Amino acid sequence: MKKENFLWSAVKTGLIVGVVAIFICFVGMVEVFSKRDVIEKLITLGQFVLLAAMFSAGFIASRHTSSLLEKNKPVSNLVAGLVAGLFTGLVLALLVVVGAEVNLRAVFLNATTTLYDVLTLDKGVGNVWILPLIGAVAGLLGAASLLLPQILRRPITQALVFVIFMAFFSGLFRVVMINQGSDMSKAAKYLFGQTGLTLEGTLIFFLGVIAVSMLWSYKGKDIQAGVTRLPKAGRLSLRVIVYALIAYVALGLPQVSGPFIAQVIVTVALFVLMGLGLNITLGFAGLLDLGFVAFYAIGAYTVGLLTSYGAFGLQHIPFWVAVPIAVLVAMASGAMLGLPVLGIRGDYLAIATLGFGEIVRLLAGSDFLAPFFGGPQGIIGIQKPCLGTLGPFIRVDVPRVCNGLELGKPQDIYYIAVVSAVIIAFVAWRLRESRLGRAWMAIREDEDVAEALGVNLIQTKLLAYMLGAAFAGLGGAIFATLIGSIFATSMQLIVSINVVSLIIVGGMGSIPGVIVGAIALIGLPELLREVSEFRFLLYGATLIIMMLAKPEGLWPSQATRRELHHTEVEAGVKA
Amino acid sequence: MRTSPGERLLDLAVSGVLWGFRILLVAAILIGTIATIRAGKYTSEQWIDFVVFGISQGSIYALIALGYTMVYGILRMINFAHGDIFMTGAFAAYFLATWMNGTGFIDSYPILGLLIPILFAMIVAGGIAMLVERIAYRPLRGAPRLVPLISAIGASFFLEYAFRGFFGPGVYAYPPIKALEGEWDILGIGILKVQVVVAVAAFIMMAILYSIVMFTKVGKAMRAVSESKDTAALMGIDVNRIIVSTFALGAAMAGAAGVLYSLIFRQVGFFMGFTPGIKAFTAAVLGGIGNIPGAMVGGLVLGIFESVGPSLFLEGLGITRPYQLKDAIAYTMLVMILLFRPSGILGERITTKKA
Repeated sequence: MKKENFLWSAVKTGLIVGVVAIFICFVGMVEVFSKRDVIEKLITLGQFVLLAAMFSAGFIASRHTSSLLEKNKPVSNLVAGLVAGLFTGLVLALLVVVGAEVNLRAVFLNATTTLYDVLTLDKGVGNVWILPLIGAVAGLLGAASLLLPQILRRPITQALVFVIFMAFFSGLFRVVMINQGSDMSKAAKYLFGQTGLTLEGTLIFFLGVIAVSMLWSYKGKDIQAGVTRLPKAGRLSLRVIVYALIAYVALGLPQVSGPFIAQVIVTVALFVLMGLGLNITLGFAGLLDLGFVAFYAIGAYTVGLLTSYGAFGLQHIPFWVAVPIAVLVAMASGAMLGLPVLGIRGDYLAIATLGFGEIVRLLAGSDFLAPFFGGPQGIIGIQKPCLGTLGPFIRVDVPRVCNGLELGKPQDIYYIAVVSAVIIAFVAWRLRESRLGRAWMAIREDEDVAEALGVNLIQTKLLAYMLGAAFAGLGGAIFATLIGSIFATSMQLIVSINVVSLIIVGGMGSIPGVIVGAIALIGLPELLREVSEFRFLLYGATLIIMMLAKPEGLWPSQATRRELHHTEVEAGVKA
Repeated sequence: MRTSPGERLLDLAVSGVLWGFRILLVAAILIGTIATIRAGKYTSEQWIDFVVFGISQGSIYALIALGYTMVYGILRMINFAHGDIFMTGAFAAYFLATWMNGTGFIDSYPILGLLIPILFAMIVAGGIAMLVERIAYRPLRGAPRLVPLISAIGASFFLEYAFRGFFGPGVYAYPPIKALEGEWDILGIGILKVQVVVAVAAFIMMAILYSIVMFTKVGKAMRAVSESKDTAALMGIDVNRIIVSTFALGAAMAGAAGVLYSLIFRQVGFFMGFTPGIKAFTAAVLGGIGNIPGAMVGGLVLGIFESVGPSLFLEGLGITRPYQLKDAIAYTMLVMILLFRPSGILGERITTKKA
């Protein structure tokens, strides 16, 4: 078979990346991102994204060339990178030229003059040749990065990633550091500008990470060996110290960060909690439940109806009594809905549960049930939790007085969510190691085999489903209290998809993975206004990419890692 | 070999709950229907209107359902992004039709003004579906079932929010076609022209698709691949090509359905594909997934049920504003059909073989 010419393959790579770059422009990312700087007064995030596209075109083309020629030939690699970057630049230049003639804005909302200005670096259409030039240089660099020895490549990549991360969060760090006092504030102003890193800050971070990374690659093995050599007690105490540190940060964070970040952290904690719940259903037992939001809604409405001092409040009981009831109600409805549905297999189950979720939302928001659930107006005036005794209920729309400590602020709810999450994590962890947990995994791997081995399918699945529902109900209950009101419109399918995504990103069946996933998918977009506009687009892309590249997730559980890399492990053993 | 009393009790409980559901549902429908008919609030003319609307809406569902059913037949995979392919078709047609409307073309040639956007929508939708298949589905062939499903959910969200980025969160109004306004008098009953045209167009498309699948070489290859990929490959069929053309064909139908849908409802927006997508899936399961005539029957049944249902039995049960619960009827049907007869109305033969 005749092999493809490497230049032609580079041209193709360049064109494909160019089309992707145009997609990024039209979707609106470039324009929105160009409002934030990576390095102040030097390069905006929007330009950076395009630059990264050209760079990766070069990198990919260079890798293709190596595989086509079956070895690294520095000159061909560099030429391929150059060509790929050049073509990416040409495609973008073409966009600018066409855009100057034809009004693309009639179709694509984001084909604005601002976009063209960003693309031509504010120099006008006449200077559009600058784009292929930049593309060629970036592509060359991308190709060159492949040729670097491993020992240099890794520190540089890590440093780049870290700089981008810091640039993204520069505003946040700046605010937090300035609040800490005058010394910190000086440092903050030195490192972070108004909209991005300062040049000095960039250099410090870049070189710092390279230094640390190099040090680690020389000494890391020694340190690891040192830790394993420690006596058992020593290792245990090291672990305790690490956990204590994490706990200290997790508990102290909302106190120092101010109300906005506190709100974000609560949301993350809430999603961790729900993620841990769905993790039992999806991660352990392999049941894809897209109607998770139904139980979330049931929990929220139960707490709402039981504690609200508004017009729909039924009982006016304290939060602490209402929450266990909500969990039980959610669990019971999980059993009610689960009993019939669980006979269905795999993908049909996902769609059936999705149907349930939508039915619950439609019913809760309908005028038909409005006398009970408030319909579109929802339930308002949910009583805040109170440590102490509650005063008597006087009349509608007047909250009960709390004699003691009222937990009204997001920071307070955060602790409730964290405590619940810790409890659920513990339960999930113990369950996973139990006989039941092994039965779940068996079902996940193969229902028929599991049944043949004596696992009662319906009973086992039902338990997973009920536990998932119970934890979703808990999440809903805390959410209702946090917001203080419930509306049927907030019970969208998107909540279920959020939870599913964060489990998949973190790693199915993995408990730390849920936390990583929640921080990555819920926390980061909330903190970054620029990203939050594209969050669902990025979710979609993330789901696909995770399935293609890393189905076990970012932080897989031991078992999944073993399963998916079975052959590698075996090969390792043989070698 | 179930011996423990606990397990026997559980089995009993399961079948008890299932029977309870069935009886409750049938009773609710019967009581509601009788109450409505006795109250006599609607004239027979209104009922006919409901049914006609149901048929035209159902034929759109059927058209979308074909894509689900064909892909499922070949890959055993729920193409969750299919509803969004439908949306892309509607958008493509919207922009073309708006431009044509601006030049006055639609008013002078109403038939071409209808057909050209449909054709364009079919091409765009087919192209996007081929891209989605290439990027998000093909590399995952042979992976555990949940993996492609999750990837498809990702593709669905990606398409929705990419289009939101392109065209904004607003809703566009599909340009009006003057020739389709007003009513036709059929057997003394006035019926909206749009609804007739939509239903007829949908049936023509379905007939075309059916003959492609039954009488052409590609169609034969499709049927062979859905029987067994390996055997088909041994017979010299390029399985990958057939899978791609199945996606493209189903997507083209969905794209056309997108145009017909916007003709009736006159609204084009980035989220418009979600609900019709789920309903079309319901229709596909209703008719027996993997079964092409089944998808058509399922679509019609669902469309009519959904259009007649709120007034026929929900109102009789004393539900205020039953129209709000129209979607709930479709979802209930979805859950019920998955529970009680996952092989569908016409699908028994096929599904038992391939389950």
